Amino acid sequence: MTSDLAFALRSVGCAVGGGFALRDVSFELPTGYVMGLIGANGAGKTTMIRCLLGMRAIETGEAELLGRRVPGPVELRQDIGVVLDHTALVGDWRLTEVERTLRPFYDRWDGARYRHFLDEFGLDPRARVRDLSRGMAMKLVIAVALSHHARLLVLDEPTSGLDPVARDELAGIIGDFLLDEEHSVLFSTHITADLDRIGDYVTLVHRGRVVRTGPKDEVLDSYRVVRGGPDDLGGTDGAATLVGVELIGLRRTPAGAQALVRAEEADLLDAGLLVERPTLEEIALHIGSEPSGPVGRRGGRSGAIA
Amino acid sequence: MRVVLSNSSGVPLYRQIKEQIGAAVLAGDLAEGATLPSVRALARDLRISIITTNRAYTELAAEGFIGTVPGKGAYVLPLDSALVREQLLRQVEEGLQTALDAGRQAGLDRGQLLEILDGLMQSEPDRTPGGPARDE
Repeated sequence: MTSDLAFALRSVGCAVGGGFALRDVSFELPTGYVMGLIGANGAGKTTMIRCLLGMRAIETGEAELLGRRVPGPVELRQDIGVVLDHTALVGDWRLTEVERTLRPFYDRWDGARYRHFLDEFGLDPRARVRDLSRGMAMKLVIAVALSHHARLLVLDEPTSGLDPVARDELAGIIGDFLLDEEHSVLFSTHITADLDRIGDYVTLVHRGRVVRTGPKDEVLDSYRVVRGGPDDLGGTDGAATLVGVELIGLRRTPAGAQALVRAEEADLLDAGLLVERPTLEEIALHIGSEPSGPVGRRGGRSGAIA
Repeated sequence: MRVVLSNSSGVPLYRQIKEQIGAAVLAGDLAEGATLPSVRALARDLRISIITTNRAYTELAAEGFIGTVPGKGAYVLPLDSALVREQLLRQVEEGLQTALDAGRQAGLDRGQLLEILDGLMQSEPDRTPGGPARDE
């Protein structure tokens, strides 16, 4: 074992264009666990993954992958199974041709294992890539990753477009993969339900920054969701009546107001408000609807910050 | 082994696992020496995180219900272990404390509390004295 970290990003920054950039991005995953990267579309999840995999140059900071500095030697690719948003496989290929084409790139390609996974995932070796459904295409790419004995699986939005049955199957496949303590998984998603259960670690990202990262329960414990009537939480004029409490992603309707607050600030709230432990969904919702903050672009709708 | 997790009970998943396995050991459904699935296999089967499952096993081990072999798995320890008894005594103390607190609010004195306790013991169906009473 070369490192007890599957990967780490340390203060990574890079300009992307259109005013968007990753800034001071740091998060890491111990070997043997699964991390979910959560953020709205456009939050920077894919860019972070590309930086980690050495597919995009890092301007500041550094990245480490399976104990090697990124960009690492080409052999590092042997150890990583990558499933990006769009499949790179040619639509015309039959699944047997997929193997024939990819096999030369991998020292430890295991043909029997490939056929085993096609069978287990219910994929017909004679089918063509283009005829696969989204869920089947996802399973094919995972079968490829497992067939070259990857130690780290990196999945970008693996569950978008999958039905509940296919998402559950994917959770089972990830669980199988993690039976080996040397295996780790990073996957990005905007569907928090995927992570509510199987995620060991979560990293919340918003507008190119990491908002919070750590073991899932610690992240959940660090926030509270607060609900009140329409005139609570700073009143309709957004006046700052709550000293010392930042209302994250405040949403106000004629029926009531709701916001996320940091757990340590929750004690300062009025007793009449409903304060509860949030779900990942609620955390993602409120963080995702925050205006950009100090470096921002557009202002949010009603983000009164006390 | 049987673990049934509720998503709406408000009880953390790790505690549900711990309590169900603990109860199965106390009830004899999981006999001494029985092997439990590995943390990672149980996490996969229940579709929950490894950290959550590991926490349940760690606490079961700390309370003397199970032993773990790193990299292998876990097995049920003999029931008469001092730790399990200690755990039961702690439950008794907690239960009596709750009763005491409620009794104080109701203005009951020691004699009245003991009377209630005696009444409860007499109305119990024949249970071995000192046996685990897990019904709620």
